[in-house]
Amino acid sequence: MKVRIKFQKYGAMKFIGHLDVMRYFQKAFRRANVDNEYSKGFSPHQIMSFAAPLGVGLTSDAEYLDASLLSCEAPEVMIEKINGVLTEGFRVIDFRILKEPEVNQKIIHAMALVSSADYLVSLKDGYSISETIQSQEDFIKAFEGFMKQAEIIITKKTKKSEQAVDIKPMISLVAFSQEDYQDKLSKVLHETVKVPDYFEKNPESKADLYDNGIKVFLQVDTGSVANLKPELVMEAFFEYLGLAYQPFAFQVHRLELYTRLDGKILPLDLYSDIQYS
Amino acid sequence: MRKLALSDEILLTVEKPARYIGGEVNMQVKNLDEIDIRFCMCFPDVYEIGMSHLGIQILYDILNRRNDTYCERVYSPWVDLDQIMREKNIPLFALESQDPVKNFDFLGITLQYEMCYTNILQILELSQIPIYAKDRTEEDPIVIGGGPCTYNPEPIADFFDIFYIGEGEVAYNELLDIYKQCKKEGKTRKEYLEQVAQVRGIYVPAFYDVKYKEDNTIESFVKNNPLVPDKVKKQVDMDLSESFYPTKPLVPFIKATQDRVVLEIQRGCIRGCRFCQAGMIYRPNRERSLEYLKKCAYEMLRSTGHEEISLSSLSSSDYSQLQELVYFLIEEFGSKGVNISLPSLRIDAFALDVMSKVQDIKKSSITFAPEAGSQRLRDVINKGLTEEVILEGAGKAFQSGWNRVKLYFMMGLPTETFEDIEGIATLSEKIARKYYELPKDQRNGKVNIVTSTSFFVPKPFTPFQWSRMDTSEEYLEKQKYLREKINEQRNRKSIKFNWHEAELSVLEGVFARGDRRISKVIYDAYKLGCLYDSWSEHFKYDLWMQAFQMNGIDIAFYNSRERSEEEIFPWDFIDTGVTKRFLYNEYKRAKSEKVTPNCRQNCMGCGAKLFGGGVCFEEDFGQTMMEVSHEG
Repeated sequence: MKVRIKFQKYGAMKFIGHLDVMRYFQKAFRRANVDNEYSKGFSPHQIMSFAAPLGVGLTSDAEYLDASLLSCEAPEVMIEKINGVLTEGFRVIDFRILKEPEVNQKIIHAMALVSSADYLVSLKDGYSISETIQSQEDFIKAFEGFMKQAEIIITKKTKKSEQAVDIKPMISLVAFSQEDYQDKLSKVLHETVKVPDYFEKNPESKADLYDNGIKVFLQVDTGSVANLKPELVMEAFFEYLGLAYQPFAFQVHRLELYTRLDGKILPLDLYSDIQYS
Repeated sequence: MRKLALSDEILLTVEKPARYIGGEVNMQVKNLDEIDIRFCMCFPDVYEIGMSHLGIQILYDILNRRNDTYCERVYSPWVDLDQIMREKNIPLFALESQDPVKNFDFLGITLQYEMCYTNILQILELSQIPIYAKDRTEEDPIVIGGGPCTYNPEPIADFFDIFYIGEGEVAYNELLDIYKQCKKEGKTRKEYLEQVAQVRGIYVPAFYDVKYKEDNTIESFVKNNPLVPDKVKKQVDMDLSESFYPTKPLVPFIKATQDRVVLEIQRGCIRGCRFCQAGMIYRPNRERSLEYLKKCAYEMLRSTGHEEISLSSLSSSDYSQLQELVYFLIEEFGSKGVNISLPSLRIDAFALDVMSKVQDIKKSSITFAPEAGSQRLRDVINKGLTEEVILEGAGKAFQSGWNRVKLYFMMGLPTETFEDIEGIATLSEKIARKYYELPKDQRNGKVNIVTSTSFFVPKPFTPFQWSRMDTSEEYLEKQKYLREKINEQRNRKSIKFNWHEAELSVLEGVFARGDRRISKVIYDAYKLGCLYDSWSEHFKYDLWMQAFQMNGIDIAFYNSRERSEEEIFPWDFIDTGVTKRFLYNEYKRAKSEKVTPNCRQNCMGCGAKLFGGGVCFEEDFGQTMMEVSHEG
């Protein structure tokens, strides 16, 4: 059976890269005695895949991994079992058994589903954007000006070439407070998601909070079709202000990963329920 | 949430930040308010190497069993962070609490290989602890060294307050108890050192003076403090069968060199290869019980989640219950996706059966360590592996489908001739030919032989401690000769030849048998910029040569000189149980090409029997006498 596990990654664990997180979960499943399915051959490995790997330095409330199990207990039992062997900085918050697809249909892995992601980008204490941007109000004004541009052109560098890209269409939501964010999000979420419930049942966020209060919620395209890193948005913002980008000034925290359905978006964990219904 | 010693900016700038954040699975967390003694355990190399070391895991476990002690860890910062810490004056910190090491009571440094010596100075300097022991005050941690290199601690004696000679399981508790008592009574650092120097296995270099003769050899080595012993006796854990084993080893986030459960099945070795220091200093050979090992394997796999388990010992084939243990591991864990990694086994029917079960024959290779190219020289070094056994083992392996063979040799062994070296090439060739004796349809493509040579370095407490070591010029000449000889073989295209750098071995030779005068060379080399010497990309031979010159120290005195029977060695004050008389007798037997039987065949009275256990007192002593004594 296939399961989808949602977990948080925070604190010092932001320094652990994606491949090491994979190894970490493989070992954690063994410690928790999870009945994983293994590939065949002389060096068998657990069958699992991750959605949209998180970069080093970022924290998250919504990491997803799909795994194949031979057997499992009730989701709440599994969550407790796995959390019992995790170290500080990792916490499982959801565990779902994916519905078996119809004959001739394949399970779509989380990896292939991702279309967009929400991030909270906060200015770390000890850093300053500029002398004129000292408060959240100053920041909002500047960022709104940035977003009002007809297009936001950045240069994307690949190994072979440089390419000018307009990233504005890839930013689908901008908010400056939790309320504002929830409000805007409710308008784009798929109708099967009961928005108030969704926010209520979400566990406490592990995002780091900073005294300066300067922050922005961003929803950006993510995945194989179009992919925009929130760091690139901030880099473009600095360029718009005519300032040198400070790569370590912001803490980027992932809030959710979505897939697209009927022109709306749906969190990955909720997708499985309706996928084959 | 745990606070980190380094800022995000630094951690996101350096390579592999996970080296510095701690927080690993099975890390010990203690409340500092309930702690009397803070101990920082150090492996002076990069995190991935240090985390792979079993000894530290054992000590970490033992020390943390004490409620009054919190043992934490520190490893060498990699060169990128080293530079940042110096620029920003950041003190080196322990991984657990992220507190500066200089605030600890003890800094324990494990000394696993000589080429880590400059890294010790880096640890001290970055910790902001005076590099020389004589400059330390009541505020500084007690710096203590342990591990195999303490069997000649003299080249680094000036940097340490204490050396602990022997197996850590035994005396650490006493060391800490005395410390706690001294602290309570308000005693000074010197008073503590005096008291602890009376504990068996403890060596406090400051309490001993060395005088040299005009020819630079040692005239006398005497204590300058009436309270301390004349000789320091090695400490051994004689109840190894069920003693301390860390059933909850730490599991790093990043891939360590040993990313697996390591099961130490025995300590010591019955073989008595004359070049091997471990085989002499860890005498007597002691086995852990099968039932205990089974239990450990379960618990460790469970607590770590590792997907691989490997056995550790000097000569696994000599472990009396190896077959039971290995088949147990395969049956019990093989089906659960756990790989069984086998140590170098003597290649026989059992080994081939096991290997075919746990490895992909197409991808794996079989390994032999003949160490020397001719039977004559193998007799000199007492390596009881014969050509017949190698060819038979290789033949069987080829029949079972293997086509890759790894061979390990040493060059520069005492009495070595060019004929012996040529033997390396011809033995490699004979193995290749053995493969082509198989009918064509039974072969699995071409045969692939990797012949590796390292340079022999004479070590203290071995029969070759008197022996002259080759110069790097001599080494290079031999290497070139072997290259030519391999090229003359019919199957030369199937033989790949690897070799070690000669320059590193030269330094290793000096540190292995050096005296206290070498401390200054190490200090100067470090100040000139030497660090991570065991990493070839960081090894700076010319700077080392400069440091030797600055101090007027002649490398040839330490390496290229045959020592006389009467010479006082810098390490003579250590009593390992194995007597100097036995070692010298072995040296004489080596020169007359006489093989010495292993401990199970016949006791040669090396002296280790006085420890009162292990192989020296095995009941079925006589029965195993007839066992074949060849190992691969």
